Amino acid sequence: MILEVTNLRVSFRSERGLVRVLDGVSFTVDEGEVLGIVGESGSGKTMTVLAVMGLITDPNAVIEGSIKFRGRELVGMKPREMRQLRGKDIAMIFQDPMTALTPVYTIGWQIAEQILTHQKVSKAQAWQRAIDLLAEVGIPKPEEAVHRYPHQLSGGMRQRAVIAMALTCNPALLVADEPTTALDVTVQAQILDLLRKLQATHGSAIIFITHDLGVMAELADRIMVMYAGRVVERATRDALFADPKHPYTLALLNSIPPLEGERPHRLQTIAGAPPSLMNLPKGCAFGPRCSRKFAACEDRPTLTSPPHETACFLIGAK
Amino acid sequence: MIFAIMQRLSQMLFVMFGISLLVFLIFFGTPGVDPAARIAGRNASPEVLAAVRKSFGFDQPFYVQYLTMMKKIFVTGDLTSFVNRGWKVVPAVLDTVPVTLSLVIGAAILWVVFSLIIGVTAAAYRDRWPDKLLMILGLIGVSMPVYWLGEVMNLITQSRFHDSWLFSWVPPLGYKNFSDDPKGWFLTLVIPWITLSILYIGLYGRVLRASITEALQEDYIRTARAKGLSETRILLRHALRTSLIAFVTLFGLDFGALVGGSALLTEVVFGLQGVGKLTFDALQNLDLPVIMTTVLYASFFVVLANAVVDVIYILLDPRVRTS
Amino acid sequence: MTALYEITNLSKRFTVGSRFSRQGKRVVQAVDGVSLSIQPGETLGLVGESGCGKSTLGRCLSRLYEISDGKLVFDGTDISTLSTAQMRPLRRKMQMVFQDPYASLNPRRRVFDLIAEPLRIHLSLPDAEVKSRVAGLLEQVGLLPDHAQRYPHEFSGGQRQRIGIARAIALEPKLVILDEPVSALDVSVQAQIVNLLADLQERLKLTYVFVAHDLSVVRQVSTRIAVMYLGSIVEIGDADSIFDRPSHPYTQALISAVPKPVNSEGRKRIILTGDVPSPINPPSGCRFHPRCPVAQDKCRVDRPTLTVANGRTAACHFPII
Repeated sequence: MILEVTNLRVSFRSERGLVRVLDGVSFTVDEGEVLGIVGESGSGKTMTVLAVMGLITDPNAVIEGSIKFRGRELVGMKPREMRQLRGKDIAMIFQDPMTALTPVYTIGWQIAEQILTHQKVSKAQAWQRAIDLLAEVGIPKPEEAVHRYPHQLSGGMRQRAVIAMALTCNPALLVADEPTTALDVTVQAQILDLLRKLQATHGSAIIFITHDLGVMAELADRIMVMYAGRVVERATRDALFADPKHPYTLALLNSIPPLEGERPHRLQTIAGAPPSLMNLPKGCAFGPRCSRKFAACEDRPTLTSPPHETACFLIGAK
Repeated sequence: MIFAIMQRLSQMLFVMFGISLLVFLIFFGTPGVDPAARIAGRNASPEVLAAVRKSFGFDQPFYVQYLTMMKKIFVTGDLTSFVNRGWKVVPAVLDTVPVTLSLVIGAAILWVVFSLIIGVTAAAYRDRWPDKLLMILGLIGVSMPVYWLGEVMNLITQSRFHDSWLFSWVPPLGYKNFSDDPKGWFLTLVIPWITLSILYIGLYGRVLRASITEALQEDYIRTARAKGLSETRILLRHALRTSLIAFVTLFGLDFGALVGGSALLTEVVFGLQGVGKLTFDALQNLDLPVIMTTVLYASFFVVLANAVVDVIYILLDPRVRTS
Repeated sequence: MTALYEITNLSKRFTVGSRFSRQGKRVVQAVDGVSLSIQPGETLGLVGESGCGKSTLGRCLSRLYEISDGKLVFDGTDISTLSTAQMRPLRRKMQMVFQDPYASLNPRRRVFDLIAEPLRIHLSLPDAEVKSRVAGLLEQVGLLPDHAQRYPHEFSGGQRQRIGIARAIALEPKLVILDEPVSALDVSVQAQIVNLLADLQERLKLTYVFVAHDLSVVRQVSTRIAVMYLGSIVEIGDADSIFDRPSHPYTQALISAVPKPVNSEGRKRIILTGDVPSPINPPSGCRFHPRCPVAQDKCRVDRPTLTVANGRTAACHFPII
């Protein structure tokens, strides 16, 4: 086990009181596995990984619970120690490659900067490593590409450069926050393919965030579904797609128009919109939108035990 | 590159031509400025007036007068004042240039250094007390009128506390040539430098703090944090570096304008015979040759400063280089 | 059946840069000789990747952009060169819905005024009539009557899109051009809007042009689909045949690239190499040839045109079908 998150809560102090964006999130990541986190806007999926990365910089944030990376507690860790882990043992890939790189430095400079921060090597060695990494992520003519500025590369190439940067120190854990969402579908296919290959060669564990269940199916070993800052379902990919148990997961899958076969006359929908974190409903957060709500849902459901974990009273009622 | 320089040069010529023509037309379009009447003196007879008109060429068409004036400025350099007969204007303007340049360059160094320190410190401690304190000080600096500040400075350093140990080194007002007396040059300018720069330190410090704070919200700062860089490095190498682009633009415009004569108030308060002071005096006498020469000189510097800003831009922002 | 909208050889060029920039003035051929005919009551889906010109085409169709070349005949009127003022009466019959409704809704006005605006401008109805019409429209798009007195910022993305749709259908147009109408929405909300659009089409006999990059959504809503690549249509046909048996290699690759939310082990996928080329400097011959898995010498020099073969319409020298 490389990462163990237990009862993670993140809240923000605001004028209207404490807003809880993550409420009791627990999960583990094993060496070399790909954990997918899926959810809509406001589900807390990005906040979860920002907490893991120690990147919640807002002074009004309150982080409680435990995040253990290889047994070391990250919550409350000194910034200096955290910095030594970040970029070295835990690295991150961001959603929008257009804005994720500093516009005024070359790709090579930015990769070398990270190498020089964490490793005692010469500048020339760092640059050589940057070239090697760019070649590894499939950027053509890497020895020229290191001298390119971000704006001179296409979106796909930039995302490859960001991935190369994340891989500089062979991180044990790679966090990818919607890394293909901003890309065209043909380029997305390339990047997913690349991530799969790199995962095989580098063996890093990956936490992969997306709102796209299709992308999830491509890459994840296990999938965790989040809703309104809570985990509602978690299972292996195969189990989740074959037998989604939580009404939210099921509805989410059904609301995606199919790419093959008969087209339904109407899509199945989920009524309403994701709730505001300012005033979450009592009990099950999905309750007000759930077509199978019953009396028990006034209480808050807890996750059932593994392997197929679901936070829904329907499971126990059966 | 050569193309860009040629483009800049032609732009400069165009601006100077446009402005000089405008000044010329406004001058002759303004009622009661008949230069012949001024030169001929009060109660001059119509015959004398006519003679003056003829000898100064005021009876010729506008374009001939304009071209003659341009020729006298740029080619022969023997343009003379309409007010003080025989006073050669071009050397007079050139004499004032070192004074203004000394004043503005010194102040610019001060304000760049201190506003960088203030802007970066405030951004590093954003929303905490050092930030709030610095921003209030900056606001005070921006709010103090330079003529008032200058007079207060004079009052303190020249009379009230001049005999105290603190200000006894301050020489009397006026300008000393750098080549004659480097120490005197420096000492006479210290107080004017501080006076002129305080406004800009406040302004630039606040602008820089705002643009660094904005830059710190960018995605690439999050990437930099995710790389494990130190906060200092993130602030200086990533946030400040991208914020400098706005800073430089502002600096180019202000510097050009100041060299072009906008340091007028400081020059007047400290008795420095600079370009601004010269323009000011010429405007009071409606002395067209002087006005024309200083305006051309000013527009030259403004356009030049813009060109320099463009070059620095290209150095600072690779996105400008290729597109 | 006569077409509602007949588009012949439509081109749109943009000029970027200036004569003084290093590369000089450059022309982007955003839409390049597109011919289409839109039948009443159908939904024509326009798909393609960024830079393929689908949004530009949508905007040319609604004459938000001046067109560079070609002929547009809408509902029997040649509108290719009409001025903005001359277009005004036709706007009633042709409306647009955008990706981000928030950007197109005046934040200082109440929903009631936003929806009433087109009614007042174009129909100059009495107040009572406007009131009842707005109430009817709100109901049609699934909003509550008391929503009328609120401001746009009080609504979620899906509700804002409903407001945008209510505005668009207020004048009972014949054609609605939808530019990525569900792209900014969460999956669960997206389905609601897709269903709403289908209901409205049925009830009001609307014709849609549906521009989107999400292929599964386009498949769901479209009667016919036009696939675009670098400003041109590379394949057009009815939705089912495009998806079940694509004829153009690009269409095939595009569809196979979409990840499906099922166990996808062993699924064959065509991964195209490279990025979409820049429309400033498009490749010679068939514009898809540098990325095409089946390109041959002919494709490098000879640009294929849309041709009908085996009941399929594609611009390819070596169509799959």
